[in-house]
Amino acid sequence: MNLKKEWKPLSWIVIGFFVCFFLPVDLPRAQQAVLEALYLVRWYAREHVLLCLVPAFFIAGAVAVFVSQASVMKYLGPKANKLVAYSIAAVSGTILAVCSCTILPLFAGIYRMGAGLGPACAFLYSGPAINILAIVLTARILGPEMGIARAVGAIIFSVIIGLLMHLFFRHEEQQKIAAAPPMMADEETRPLWQTALYFAVMIGILVFANWGRTEQTSGLWHLIYSSKWLITGALSIILALMLATWFRVGFVRIIIGAIPALLLALLVPQHPELAFSLGVLALSLISNLKDTRESEMGQWFEESWSFARKILPLLLIGVFIAGILLGRPGHEGLIPSAWVATLVGGNSLGANLFASVFGAFMYFATLTEVPILQGLIGAGMGKGPALALLLAGPALSLPNMLVIRSVMGTKKTVVFVVLVMVMATISGLIYGTFF
Amino acid sequence: MKIQILGTGCAKCEKLAENAKQAADNLGLDYQLEKVTDLNQIMAFGVMTTPGLAVDGKVLSVGKVPSQGDIEKLLQG
Repeated sequence: MNLKKEWKPLSWIVIGFFVCFFLPVDLPRAQQAVLEALYLVRWYAREHVLLCLVPAFFIAGAVAVFVSQASVMKYLGPKANKLVAYSIAAVSGTILAVCSCTILPLFAGIYRMGAGLGPACAFLYSGPAINILAIVLTARILGPEMGIARAVGAIIFSVIIGLLMHLFFRHEEQQKIAAAPPMMADEETRPLWQTALYFAVMIGILVFANWGRTEQTSGLWHLIYSSKWLITGALSIILALMLATWFRVGFVRIIIGAIPALLLALLVPQHPELAFSLGVLALSLISNLKDTRESEMGQWFEESWSFARKILPLLLIGVFIAGILLGRPGHEGLIPSAWVATLVGGNSLGANLFASVFGAFMYFATLTEVPILQGLIGAGMGKGPALALLLAGPALSLPNMLVIRSVMGTKKTVVFVVLVMVMATISGLIYGTFF
Repeated sequence: MKIQILGTGCAKCEKLAENAKQAADNLGLDYQLEKVTDLNQIMAFGVMTTPGLAVDGKVLSVGKVPSQGDIEKLLQG
């Protein structure tokens, strides 16, 4: 055996062997933890994938294909009005940051070639928190008020962080790269109002299909809840008509595709998710016909699929690990709830600060911060520290700090990281006081 | 010629590299494929929306994954 070449696999196998050898299978706590993880994964699969994540993937895919990044970037260029640049940088994560791997290049681009340090930092802080998938999943799993607080907190504090960074380093002239960013002119294929309506309908489908059951049996919210499938169905038909005309799919295909879903909706109205699934299936097939595959329908499906392929496995693995460590809400996993409660329970300054610092260094794979937080909250984490972790977590991690450092140097990076931690702590304190 | 794929290494960059390779093979070009993954080098091309495609330092496409056919046109044009 060539030890020089084989030491890596050898050490992994030895470690794996010892882990298996001492696997604490008969500890009641360990057995319970595995069960908890399985329960949690099943709950996600049943409650969140079909009606929530699948439409969210299609919307994220549509954002990637139909929203022109160049049209947003021109407000972040070197000559952009400062006020506009900060506001656009703070909110454009919804559109630009659909994929976590695009955030750092955009950040570096805004800093080096565009509007400068302030807007770049604002973008980096808010981007990961306000992309469509993050908002949808946070609101769905952790409650609408947490979803809204996350988005609003990210946007407001990103501007503050951006302005402070600009203030601290205003005397340092950065050398701009001479090359102006090449902007590919996007051929406009349809008027803006059509694209806007198309997105509105898809977001409507997502919102109404997931409308929560209400406590009371009267009032507007209950009325919406009891007719949510009628509304969802009507919106789906509108979407189908848009695809048939504006997206040039043609009526014949749309009608053939819609028939199975309609039939199921009429035959088994007690299981609307069946009709929903068939609708999604029909949409996927229509997008992959020979002559649609190369068109924008095909691109739309391609993007949606690449989100699903990237995020679903990570998310379910994240859910499983969160389940093993923390259990479902109200149950215990490997980590005793008392520990969590002492570290990040309540809404003290210490708890909030710990949550932000931990979040800033820890790496969360796309969206896995949500199930992990769900577990932590179930184990006794306070709402304030939870928000602090949500804000500091995805914006920073040890690996991306290193990349940021290579872009803007050690001093600015340290200041930025400290600012993120401070702002996340403050947001947590404020939120925890009110909710 | 040198075909450069600009991107920090996510799935889209892989897809772009694959499409570009096929397009260049189809055209029978004499080329090397280079992946530029360092963020600062990517910035030096003036590209902020990855993935980007460049030939001999000239940027041909940014922020999307063009199909194999589109790349063939870009390479010829």
